[in-house]
Amino acid sequence: MTEIAVHVRGVDKTFRTGRGRTVDALSGIDLEVAAGEFVSLIGPSGCGKSTLMRLIADLDTPTAGELTVFGKTAPRARLDQDYGIAFQKAALLPWRTVRGNIELPMELHGMPRAERRARADELIELVGLGDFADRHPDQLSGGMQQRVAIARAFAEKPRLLLMDEPFGALDEMTRETMQTELARICAETGAAVVFVTHSIPEAVFLSDRVVVMSPRPGRIREILTMDLRGERTEELREDEAFFERVSAVREALHGSPSAGAKGVENR
Amino acid sequence: MMRRLRPILLGIAGVVLVGVAWEVYKALAPDTGVVIAGITVLPRASDLAMPHLGAMLDRALSPVTRAAGSPALWLATLQAASFSFGIAVVGWLVGVVVGIAIAIVMQRFRTAQSALLPWVVLSQTVPLIALAPLVRRIGTQLSTGGFEWQDWMSVALIASYLAFFPVSIGALRGFGSPTAEHLDLMRAYGVGWWRTFLAVRVPASIPFLLPALRLAAVNAVVGTIVAEVSIGLRGGIGRAIVEFAASGSADPAKQWSPIFGAVLMGLAAAGLVALLSLALRRYRRNEVSA
Repeated sequence: MTEIAVHVRGVDKTFRTGRGRTVDALSGIDLEVAAGEFVSLIGPSGCGKSTLMRLIADLDTPTAGELTVFGKTAPRARLDQDYGIAFQKAALLPWRTVRGNIELPMELHGMPRAERRARADELIELVGLGDFADRHPDQLSGGMQQRVAIARAFAEKPRLLLMDEPFGALDEMTRETMQTELARICAETGAAVVFVTHSIPEAVFLSDRVVVMSPRPGRIREILTMDLRGERTEELREDEAFFERVSAVREALHGSPSAGAKGVENR
Repeated sequence: MMRRLRPILLGIAGVVLVGVAWEVYKALAPDTGVVIAGITVLPRASDLAMPHLGAMLDRALSPVTRAAGSPALWLATLQAASFSFGIAVVGWLVGVVVGIAIAIVMQRFRTAQSALLPWVVLSQTVPLIALAPLVRRIGTQLSTGGFEWQDWMSVALIASYLAFFPVSIGALRGFGSPTAEHLDLMRAYGVGWWRTFLAVRVPASIPFLLPALRLAAVNAVVGTIVAEVSIGLRGGIGRAIVEFAASGSADPAKQWSPIFGAVLMGLAAAGLVALLSLALRRYRRNEVSA
């Protein structure tokens, strides 16, 4: 049996919006992510995909249900630094150089200077920013900033990576390059990934499984296994099987709507 | 090269322009000023009210009084200004430390913010003149044993009272300026409030803090001069302004020297903060959003 990276069972998340009103962000979520598996969460805005990722990261706490990361509670896993994280915004510290930003988590966790410097150099090479190590974030393009953020997420060799639409703000060209690179880095490191996105081709290209979610309340509608064997290369984007999976995910997202969903659309 | 010189030249041009405007007004306006229906709408331009710039300079170069051995007025002014400046710097430092300390407490505890912030704002509505004798009296009561409360300490304390306000407000805004992503990131790293404060909040506060520090520096200078007058501290620029103004009718150009001395102090204070902001320039970089 393979090790379980993320285990979610019967998780609900309700937000208070003031004046006693509440919003059900997530309802009855069951999900398991195996070690080394790449799982995407996809769905329209308001479906709770980011919320689910934030619960796994222990940035928010579930209202009900059971959630473990590598068999530990989410807070324990966070304090043990079992995951790396990246957001839609690169969220680099503007006063630190590329190297300084990548070193940040290692510095905070007390890694010796020489060691973290060597690791940072390694990561800078990994994301192809060799000439930019001493630049500041404002001197980099959006794509380069996001590379730094990804390098930072990998800094402490996490076995789990949580990514919240990390390429959401990038143009299509940069986005595809970044996807190919992320796929390569993930293959090299063997980390499990929970990847939030609203791009169908992105989810299909990167994932072993795609979790399709629906809003109000956020539920898992369907989990599709991609089963695209082999390396994620540019050729895959032209592949017949790739288009098939894209259609399948699209249908799961839009097609076979429940009566309730149709009612909303027709209003 | 030209681009570098431009702001300097413009600065000089600005000063010259004020001087020219002064002299032109003096030449054109009637000595008695313009009075309409008993109200003076334009000030008097007599030598008494508006001495020529040349007369001010002339006066600055001559001795303070006719007494033998009296130093040149400019030198005496400079000494007074540097005496006051020293007090202002002490006041500024105390104000900065107190201001930042208050901001830290307010940032850390939300209830402290609700409780303290109104008092911080209210503190600035108390007139300085009313405060000065009070500070002096309380200070004198503090003098025990080896420690003796000096008048200059009262002045520095009042200067710090004016200086702490912009610092605490600026620092509070600065400490609150990191984005939600930055704070999420620090939480994900599992570091506590204090480490987050040092790694993210403090550096992020610098762009907010620097203008506040400049305001505080100018406030400290003004506070020092006003407090010197109301406490009656000798040796400083505040005292010189009052003293020389008393001889105004006989020697109208004399009182302008300490006024320029006060301006010089303000410039020096702003200049010191500019140096500080130069040293901290890497914290003033702005992140270009992806």
